Amino acid sequence: MSERAQMRTPLGRVRGLGPARSGTAHFWQQRLTSVSGIPLTVALIVIAISLLGRSHATVVQVLGSPIVAITILLFIINSAYHMWIGMQEIILDYVHGEIVKLVSLIANTCFVFAVALASAYAILKLSFGV
Amino acid sequence: MADLELGATAASRHPRPLSPHLQIYRPMLTMMMSIAHRITGAALYFGMLLLAWWLIAAASGPNAYATVEWFMGSLIGRLVLFGYTWALLHHMFGGIRHLIWDTRHGLEPAEREMFALATLVGSVVFTILLWAVGYFAMGGPR
Repeated sequence: MSERAQMRTPLGRVRGLGPARSGTAHFWQQRLTSVSGIPLTVALIVIAISLLGRSHATVVQVLGSPIVAITILLFIINSAYHMWIGMQEIILDYVHGEIVKLVSLIANTCFVFAVALASAYAILKLSFGV
Repeated sequence: MADLELGATAASRHPRPLSPHLQIYRPMLTMMMSIAHRITGAALYFGMLLLAWWLIAAASGPNAYATVEWFMGSLIGRLVLFGYTWALLHHMFGGIRHLIWDTRHGLEPAEREMFALATLVGSVVFTILLWAVGYFAMGGPR
């Protein structure tokens, strides 16, 4: 045991021992999605305000038009990944029991997939009008 | 491993000092904005349900859309939307602040305070501004 431990470098010994079991990929991806999230959020706010109080027919027409639909789809995909990493970080910070942590992480993934897929499905349905 | 075990025994005999936690510090604006960034992030996480509901209702038909409109127009709905707008803007401004910090700029004490204040003031001012724009988009005072 002690012989094997001394064969490993200090980095090798600590690698993968963080609560996420991985490195800086999420750190970078969280910043990437935050940068792309800025113009997408501004665009979503503009779209939402311009549709305030409009009739259902107008809303359907605008949301289903290519530029608006693509923008909202990008917002959904970008936000879904950003909030998945963010909530995972919160869970890893505060939930320490192995079972509860595992269940929380699974619930996080399921919630994000469900919300993103439902929103994307709605936008595609509005776009293709089926 | 021998030295580690020795360390463990020594630690149990002489408890190591613990890192001071939140309640030790005097509340600071930068700390508050950091906490607010996380809380608004978590709120926006569940706020995505509102966006999903709006889109699904629009795709479902006029009746479902009328229900969403009724809720968003009610007092509770407006409060939720107002909070959602503020959380979205606060998280976005806080995020921009973090992106600036990532470039190693703005980390001096006075700059940190200025950024924290700008996040708070900016989010409140822009929330009110957007709601004013929305109010007039809805036809203004009637």
